[in-house]
Amino acid sequence: MTASIEVRKPGLSTTVQDGGRPGYYHLGIPPSGGLDQYSLAAANLLVGNDAGAAALEIVYMGPELLFTAPATVAVTGATMQPRVNGEDRPLWESFDVAEGDVLGFGYLTAGARAYLAVSGGVDVPDVLGSRSTYGLGGLGGFSGRPLAEGDVLPLRGGTGRTGLVVPGDLRRPMSKDVEVRVVMGLYDHRLTDQGRATFLDTTWTLTPVADRIGFRYTGAELETVDREPPFGAGQDPSNIVDAPYPIGSIQVPGGVEPIVLHRDAVSGGGYMMVATVVSCDLDVVAQSAPRTRTRFVEVDLDGALAARAEQRDRARRLREALG
Amino acid sequence: MSTAVQDARYSWGGDEFVFVELAEEMSLQANFRAMAITSRLRDERPDGIVDICPANASYQVHYDPDVLDPRELLAHLQDLERAVGDALDVSLPSRVLDIPVLYRDPWTTETLMRFRDRHQDPDATDIEYAARINGYTDVDEFIAAHSGSPWFTSMVGFVAGLPFTFQMVPRDRQIVVPKYLRPRTDTPKQTVGYGGCFSCIYSVRGAGGYQMFGITPAPIYDPTQSLPDFTDFLVLFRPGDIVKFTPIDRDQYDDAVAQVEAGTFRVTAHDVDFALEPFLADPDSYNARLLEVLA
Repeated sequence: MTASIEVRKPGLSTTVQDGGRPGYYHLGIPPSGGLDQYSLAAANLLVGNDAGAAALEIVYMGPELLFTAPATVAVTGATMQPRVNGEDRPLWESFDVAEGDVLGFGYLTAGARAYLAVSGGVDVPDVLGSRSTYGLGGLGGFSGRPLAEGDVLPLRGGTGRTGLVVPGDLRRPMSKDVEVRVVMGLYDHRLTDQGRATFLDTTWTLTPVADRIGFRYTGAELETVDREPPFGAGQDPSNIVDAPYPIGSIQVPGGVEPIVLHRDAVSGGGYMMVATVVSCDLDVVAQSAPRTRTRFVEVDLDGALAARAEQRDRARRLREALG
Repeated sequence: MSTAVQDARYSWGGDEFVFVELAEEMSLQANFRAMAITSRLRDERPDGIVDICPANASYQVHYDPDVLDPRELLAHLQDLERAVGDALDVSLPSRVLDIPVLYRDPWTTETLMRFRDRHQDPDATDIEYAARINGYTDVDEFIAAHSGSPWFTSMVGFVAGLPFTFQMVPRDRQIVVPKYLRPRTDTPKQTVGYGGCFSCIYSVRGAGGYQMFGITPAPIYDPTQSLPDFTDFLVLFRPGDIVKFTPIDRDQYDDAVAQVEAGTFRVTAHDVDFALEPFLADPDSYNARLLEVLA
């Protein structure tokens, strides 16, 4: 029998994700991929896969999965106790499952998204260079959608080393109070000085509207500069002539409830964006559950590049620790 | 329709994007400049470019700062802006696509009736409202205007393969319609929609805020790549495509759907070159010549 996972319970929204599908955003196909790329990489490295191999992204509530063949697996990211046939297994460590074992999960206690990597990786077709699921477009992953009860998910098979551990200082910390670094710009000139200050001084609260497309926050109203609407923009002060949306850009429709666009972003639209999350801090956004208190902290381009270099250094140490 | 060209506005989008606004307001010239600059950059394809996204009056470049220095990239984009200038002497390869439309179809009508509480005029349909506020005497006259001139695909996106198209007529003849007061949670696949000065075709079923005028039987996004138009790629539209909406009746619609189901349907498409200056000099004559390829 070929190695596979039988989905006994799908969880809330469990999707196949990998390092992503860059290069098609100009046609409205976003990069997709694991929202927390660091935790995805850690799970894959623990089981001997490439950092960007196809794994499962598990949101808020875990699935129940039956393995038809032995495998080495690892769970990283959100704190969600893995259990094999009801017995606890560690997070951020590789462990074995045997043929017929059922992998389940306890309640989410911190973070939002867990990553389950399986030795060899998940064996779904490569679509435009990636196995990631893009749900809005019904593309990639397992039939272009989250897993459902009764699905049989093929595995590439093979086992890895068991008992590998991500050192504590290389595990992503999970918190209900987070700081997210942003580069101001795009259409931030549509805000008054007061509006800009409000954006950076407010402790925003993540609403339940938080999925692979975007994360919506509540907390304050941003004051905009009065203007005559340019032709094609629309009447609302937050409207612009439909423009491309950078991944991580923060739009503020109506001046209220900023939305951080994530890796399944809509690629463009008509709302002013006032800042962009530094790419490595999209991982922090990914691990925010509703009600997470969030501050947007301004950095300039050099600050963003320094943050990126730090993340790269951390990824290098992770590879060394698990190599 | 030609205006003096202002300097573009450059902005960082975090560490991986540079965003460039060519003009604050929409015009075919601003869009064509975005096309001209991004097509030059695409031809050069310097190392470290991930994606080049032209949009209506702006564009963005996704790059890898570990490979390509952001400030060098930005300086290069400024060079390209100067080289393209007002884009009047630029000609770009394009295609004319004939898109059949069943206006006032039963599916978008059923959908719009479910969302009257989110609409400016709950007592009218979307197309009746659009006809009225744009000064047309009736819906037939409005349809004649919507299907009478070609449209320029100024951006592809929002969701997979969705074209934003801009009416190729002088501004005083352009149709302008506000979006819904609050977005719908449902829009049929292949709905021909309208918001602001853009007509669009929804590529997938889902949420939407554009007014709904009709539906096309022509698939524009095929993730399974089973139809002949999608052999090379799963998205039909490219930025810069020129669209002709052709009204069809229910029998023609059903016939086209049968062809889609049989796997034989093809959109009629012809390669053309589009140049800005002759178009701006005499849009109606230029459009008539463009559409001759469909005759």
